[in-house]
Amino acid sequence: MNQLYPDNIRVDRAQNDTIAAIATASAAAGIGIVRVSGPDAIGICEKFYENARGIHDLKEHASNTISYGFIADEDGNRMDEVMVSLFRAPHSYTTEDTVEINSHGGRYLLDRILELVLRGGARLAEPGEFTKRAFLGGRIDLSRAEAVMDLISSQNDFAHKTALAQLSGRVSEKVRDLRSSILYEMAFIESAIDDPDTYASDLEGYPDKLDGICGQLLDEMESLLEIGEKGAVLKEGIRTAIIGRPNAGKSSLLNYLAGNERAIVTEIAGTTRDTLEESVRIGSVQLCLTDTAGIRDTEDRVEKIGIERARAAVNQSELVLYLIDASEGITREDRDIALFLKQWKKDIPSVRRCIILLNKSDLPPVTDTDSVHSFFTDADAVLSCSLRTGEGADELGRKIEEMYRAGELQQQNEVMLTSARHREAVREACGSLSLVRQSIALGMSEDFFAIDLMNAYASLGRITGEAVEDDLVEEIFSKFCMGK
Amino acid sequence: MTYSIETDVCVIGAGHAGCEAALACSRLGFRTVIFTMNVDSIAMMPCNPHIGGSSKGHLVREIDALGGEMAKNIDKTFIQSKMLNVSKGPAVHSLRTQADKAEYSKSMRQILENQENLIIRQAEVTDLLTQFDLEDDGPAEKEASGKAAAEKPRIVGVRINTGTVYRCRAVIICTGTYLNARCLVGESITETGPGGMQRSTWLKDAMNRLGIPLRRFKTGTPARMDGRTLDYSKMKIQPGDPVVVPFSYSTDPADVQIEQVPCWLTYTNEETHEIIRRNLDRSPIYAGIIEGTGPRYCPSIEDKVVKFSEKNRHHVFIEPEGRYTNEVYIDGMSSSMPDDVQQQMYRTVPGLENCVIVKNAYAIEYDCINANQLKLSLETKAVDGLFCAGQFNGSSGYEEAAAQGLIAGINAANMLRGRDPLILKRSEAYIGVLIDDLVTKDNREPYRMMTSRAEYRLLLRQDNADLRLRKYGYEAGLITQKQYEYVCEKEEKIREEINRLKKVRIGAAAANQEILQSLGSAPLKTACSIAELICRPELSYEKTALLDPDRPSLSRDVAEQVEINIRYEGYIDRQKKQVDQFEKLEHRRIPDWIDYDDVGSLRNEARQKLKQFMPSSIGQASRISGVTPADVTVLLIYLEKKRGRG
Repeated sequence: MNQLYPDNIRVDRAQNDTIAAIATASAAAGIGIVRVSGPDAIGICEKFYENARGIHDLKEHASNTISYGFIADEDGNRMDEVMVSLFRAPHSYTTEDTVEINSHGGRYLLDRILELVLRGGARLAEPGEFTKRAFLGGRIDLSRAEAVMDLISSQNDFAHKTALAQLSGRVSEKVRDLRSSILYEMAFIESAIDDPDTYASDLEGYPDKLDGICGQLLDEMESLLEIGEKGAVLKEGIRTAIIGRPNAGKSSLLNYLAGNERAIVTEIAGTTRDTLEESVRIGSVQLCLTDTAGIRDTEDRVEKIGIERARAAVNQSELVLYLIDASEGITREDRDIALFLKQWKKDIPSVRRCIILLNKSDLPPVTDTDSVHSFFTDADAVLSCSLRTGEGADELGRKIEEMYRAGELQQQNEVMLTSARHREAVREACGSLSLVRQSIALGMSEDFFAIDLMNAYASLGRITGEAVEDDLVEEIFSKFCMGK
Repeated sequence: MTYSIETDVCVIGAGHAGCEAALACSRLGFRTVIFTMNVDSIAMMPCNPHIGGSSKGHLVREIDALGGEMAKNIDKTFIQSKMLNVSKGPAVHSLRTQADKAEYSKSMRQILENQENLIIRQAEVTDLLTQFDLEDDGPAEKEASGKAAAEKPRIVGVRINTGTVYRCRAVIICTGTYLNARCLVGESITETGPGGMQRSTWLKDAMNRLGIPLRRFKTGTPARMDGRTLDYSKMKIQPGDPVVVPFSYSTDPADVQIEQVPCWLTYTNEETHEIIRRNLDRSPIYAGIIEGTGPRYCPSIEDKVVKFSEKNRHHVFIEPEGRYTNEVYIDGMSSSMPDDVQQQMYRTVPGLENCVIVKNAYAIEYDCINANQLKLSLETKAVDGLFCAGQFNGSSGYEEAAAQGLIAGINAANMLRGRDPLILKRSEAYIGVLIDDLVTKDNREPYRMMTSRAEYRLLLRQDNADLRLRKYGYEAGLITQKQYEYVCEKEEKIREEINRLKKVRIGAAAANQEILQSLGSAPLKTACSIAELICRPELSYEKTALLDPDRPSLSRDVAEQVEINIRYEGYIDRQKKQVDQFEKLEHRRIPDWIDYDDVGSLRNEARQKLKQFMPSSIGQASRISGVTPADVTVLLIYLEKKRGRG
């Protein structure tokens, strides 16, 4: 924990700030509570609470009262009908001023209300922090300290697990990508500062380049937030990537699946703006296909396989349809792909499946399903077909349906950044990157950028639960040849 | 009958750490003996010929602010000086000098020789003695025997190779790379310390007996050549700065404006790399002969070629070893290849075609400790009065060593005086970052200072080391009252001038607009303070003088601080806020008596790590890898509970 701003410091932030969190455990409950505690609790809530006549009067409410009213956002749009309880210090659980907003809304509305309060100046409570304050405020006597410590420990574990559960593989992948971009830029700057004799000249024109990179990262983070705001643009379907060497028949397979009479094709703009996804129904199974074929067709005419591009699509998928050209057999590229897929499956074996299609069965084959099976032992199925003649192609649909019914393939709803904790972290990171751009605009030198880049990096790390540790130093040494 | 000599402090090793440690103790009035394998190797620079550099320059300034010797000595013996990163922000400016190695060593030896209370002794220390070893030897130790089992070992002396015992109350181990060292040039392995010096061996057994395990690190150094055999016309000259800034606050800048010696830049090429690749199996590292862990920031040319194969050339700097020698240092090409491969590969580098090697490049392996076994004071957790400093603690670099030596020396003296140890915080000094990292982190290679390791680097600048640290040097007794008062006055002048500049407002009068225009700056729309004008990128404190007729005449160092503090105020304030948060955790002490088994709810991993590191504050605990924020909260509540009861 050494780099610019240690994350752990959050633990003991000033006792005099105001914290907020959803105090009810599950979304299933009929009523949910957002609890706000601290010296500004009443002031912050007053901004968003109005009584039936639209008057913001929370500050005048007496202690230990409950009132009916509405929560409205900054623009005055009423979001929800609520009951608000008010406890003035020291007559509350935490012994601080406390407001509890009771809402009938489900998880979605609670999250929106919590976010309003956070935007209004509260910060998100750490696990067990209300209890900790109650303890430190003398509300809980010393004999119960053990219990409080247990509670904090277990709540932390729970929070960590649920936070991870709320993170789809796709989001954490995205967040990791963002982080590694930021880390690389930091390491670049640091290497130039640390070893100016070797690297100083690399910084010429760098601020402009970094400004562009920050702009791009900000776009990506803002679109993450946007999708989160909409609550759930649920991407129905099993994420499926079609991969294979050029000319193995990826386009044909896509056309086959999309052109199939039973398939309904829709287009959904992807979360990252440059991918296109197609939703295809096969019998009772919905597939969300990632079009890696299109990428290849426009750019990679060369014999080089688009493994880097396919990699991204594969990492976000639950199902991989991997095409091998039976008339060419298993090539060196196929071995690379196989190695990569092996690792991919190993990462999350419970949900990742791979079907190999031995295409072009109409041409003289140089390999067969048995030898493919022994070459790629991790395949869940190896099918032989000809997408040109259609022979054997229906077998694929049947196999997918069969796997789905057997529970082998699971439809994972894409829920992006639904947790307020995650969104707060992304917003903080956005703020930090904006400060980087501000420093660039002011003509500051590169070492100033590093400060806010590190903040952005640390904020995003809270989403995936990754601490800062020695990442920067590691990156400097692994990416840059240091030392005279 | 054992011959024994009475003293206060024994320092083992007279490298950069040992020299600072011994000087600090003797200057603070304690009788000190410094042991060295060879008096001719005092303050030797067995690797590169520079002092300072990125972040290391900060350390040298801090050593000076605290009353150490390194800065003063290099100011007397440098042959080239350069301020690095001047086009960057003030936090990353760093001074780097080329030393005249022989002069540096000679000058430091003179200082040691003439230091009151200090004795130089050429000998190998073979044993470390605690009260249990000398039980029957002195009345003071006798009473210990009864409760020996429960008592913690305490240093009472050292034994040297002649059998003579030096009785003392503190020992500072600074063996650098000498302990059990071996040097490798390809298949040729010699059991020597750096530069062919005799190695030490016995201390290993003593450490084992005290229950302090050792580990093995490695590092390497490039070849030295006869400079007359190089063709400099094929290289690019690397001159020093036209105006030299001294390292020490006590050095008169006029004294360092000397005639400088240049360095030279050339590059490796594919031919070099091909020779290396072809002979990789003969490199001790790649052949698996070397067991030690080497530093990544100082890779051998073999490592560079293998790990960065996409680079078709690497920088090579030719640096003089001194003013009165022909020897030059081939910076960037450290290696452990056999001699014949070295001869071939160096000769592929432009300018080195006919080079004659004086000393081969070699890798060196040595014993050191994991500094996790130390307290932040650099005293071992296992043995009272036993301190460790320098490369022996798993660091690398002359500056890192000297910094630790100085702190270990001050803290040994503080222990003898019954004072609390001097522990610099991460928010106060690079030295604080250095020692905290060494003691708190799991370092797997020799540790080098870097500016990116200092999270509050905007506050820890090389230009303000005196303002940050003089008071600690003064409290320790290494800085005079006069020196300290000078800094206090300087601080006051800076504060006054900043306040004045924020108050003095100038209007949009024609005369002012004209001055602004002549300075290439936009005209004023409304009145504003001089401070606001200084923040304009094209203006500065100096340039705004014309607009500021009442400006007092201030020294250059005061003006520099005024300018930096005004110009970077926003950033500095943000870091100060972070420091406030950080220090809250630092100030929550964890008492020595804590029993982590008694703290319920801690996760097992955290419990083990906390037991292993025994952090002294909540802040330090939070930096241990494997200790989560929730663990820290649990710990806080536990301490709160104990306090409530007490």
